[in-house]
Amino acid sequence: MRLADTLRFARDAATGTPLRTALSVLAMSIGVAAVVILTALGDGARRYVVGQFSSLGTNLVIVLPGRSGTGGFNPANAITSTPRDLTVDDAASLRRLSAVRRVAPLTVGTSEIAHGGKLREIMVAGSTAEFLPIRNFELAQGSGLPEEDWSRGSPVAVIGAKIRDEIFGSQTAVGQLVRIGDRRLRVVGVLRPSGQGLGMNTDELVIVPVALAQSLFNTNTLFRILIEANSREAIEQARDQALATLKQRHRGEEDVTVITQDAVLATFDKLLGALTLAVAGIAAISLAVAGILVMNVMLVAVTQRTGEIGLLKALGATARTIRLAFLAEAAMLSAVGALLGYLLGQAGVFALRQFFPVFPAYPPDWAVIAGLGTALATGLIFGVMPARRAARLDPVQALMKR
Amino acid sequence: MPLIELSGIERRFQLGDTTVHALAGLDLAIAAGEYVAVMGPSGSGKSTLLNLLGLLDRPDAGSYRLEGRDVTTLSPDEQATVRSTRIGFVFQSFHLVPRLTAAENIALPMTLAGIAPAERNRRVAQALKDFGLDRRADHRPDQLSGGQRQRVAIARATIMQPALILADEPTGNLDRHTGEEVVNLLEALNASGVTLVVVTHDPGMGARARRQLVMEDGRLQSDTQGGR
Repeated sequence: MRLADTLRFARDAATGTPLRTALSVLAMSIGVAAVVILTALGDGARRYVVGQFSSLGTNLVIVLPGRSGTGGFNPANAITSTPRDLTVDDAASLRRLSAVRRVAPLTVGTSEIAHGGKLREIMVAGSTAEFLPIRNFELAQGSGLPEEDWSRGSPVAVIGAKIRDEIFGSQTAVGQLVRIGDRRLRVVGVLRPSGQGLGMNTDELVIVPVALAQSLFNTNTLFRILIEANSREAIEQARDQALATLKQRHRGEEDVTVITQDAVLATFDKLLGALTLAVAGIAAISLAVAGILVMNVMLVAVTQRTGEIGLLKALGATARTIRLAFLAEAAMLSAVGALLGYLLGQAGVFALRQFFPVFPAYPPDWAVIAGLGTALATGLIFGVMPARRAARLDPVQALMKR
Repeated sequence: MPLIELSGIERRFQLGDTTVHALAGLDLAIAAGEYVAVMGPSGSGKSTLLNLLGLLDRPDAGSYRLEGRDVTTLSPDEQATVRSTRIGFVFQSFHLVPRLTAAENIALPMTLAGIAPAERNRRVAQALKDFGLDRRADHRPDQLSGGQRQRVAIARATIMQPALILADEPTGNLDRHTGEEVVNLLEALNASGVTLVVVTHDPGMGARARRQLVMEDGRLQSDTQGGR
């Protein structure tokens, strides 16, 4: 039988039982759509988190107080178990390191901002002029914190876009006096709205000089020290230098944790990549189920068309012709299902992106290819058994069935 | 040389513990162009004989020579080729493919044999005309009357220009009048040189054949022409 005839014959046979065909096509398409949508979610989550971390800054090294790793026995640990706090002087000492371009101390707390009878709860970040360039923040109006001695703490503030809108409305904010806690500060700059920033919504942030923040919250410790390395290659070096310097300053006790953005990024990348693979695997199970359904449908078709198979044999069809006809039908069911599922999945992912524009829900190429491939392969593999059964039917017995 | 030459054909079936001899020691020769009716009570082996002649079944013993060639030893695929090119079947229940049109049903043997569509269309158009079906070409079997269905089936059986047509109760599902038409059609084919073997219960139809074989218990009980 010619290929075109085989395909036409298979198509006619499949469309001859529309409901059964539609159901198995639907099952297959749900499987493929599941692969597309679930991997798009997984990969979207990975991209989202990686994007968030990247937006923290470039070549970033972060110093946290306290040691989170478990080291060997250290005599210093035996004497004191409470970690030494990070201070502004610690941060200042890091500025001299060769692999470091910028350093910004960071202390955070919550307070309230008041102006013209309006009061609002805010998050206050105490830092220095370097904070904005390290975190890649951009100003919409005015200037950043002044370049000054870190211990000085001029009464100025840079406010987030949302705070500006809520406190000042359509008025000019730069140059206005506001009250934060018990201090009167002059607004010198407004941040460009960004809406993201991992746990810290920069639109609702007020940045003040670090010394001012420390006196506001009555503390002399830091929450973090942010370091920008000279280059991507210098990140490791900056990390080691920072660790060594702080260890020396803390009397040989390694009581800080230094993480690099790269390491965090790599970890999240790996973690969420594995998650994506896992959901792809789960979705693949539904593909296998769809394959079994195709097999079931084909087995029913063979049983139902026994008489026809007998007739085809009587008319001179070889076993191969019959096998091919049934295989083509199974392949068609899964191919149409796979294609439909792909479109369905892409439509679902498109809808996701419409509803959650910040979430980059795109299915990875490997998942799409693997999903389609698995669908076609299972359809074919599960089609072989029914096709062989059809080809092996005894024509006399088959003809009597009708 | 006879078209069909059977010698010492045995066919046994296992039914539970008992072995049924559907055909036992059958010798038969049919010359090209003959018109043979096979008759006998149910279970006498008529259908088994027809299946054997059509290469749908294999004998347990004996030899079957078709056009001088021993066909019992052929592989299943070779037998399929012989069925495709040399043998046409007409069944009691027509055995049309319900989702195909009359024209597609007639073309089916050519489709299976891989004949080019242009040639297929030419031959189907001719057959539709010959069998008075040209206005029914696009009808599906369920839109055709019984007589029309059997005419489609006969057109299909002859489309590959076989040497032998095997008909199993071809009028069994038809009323007298349309049955008569179908028999006339088959006889006309026989007159044009095709060998015709008809299995029938109907003595009237059997009497019209030029040679009658009566079977009982897997053996030839009588043969109006030499035979054994």
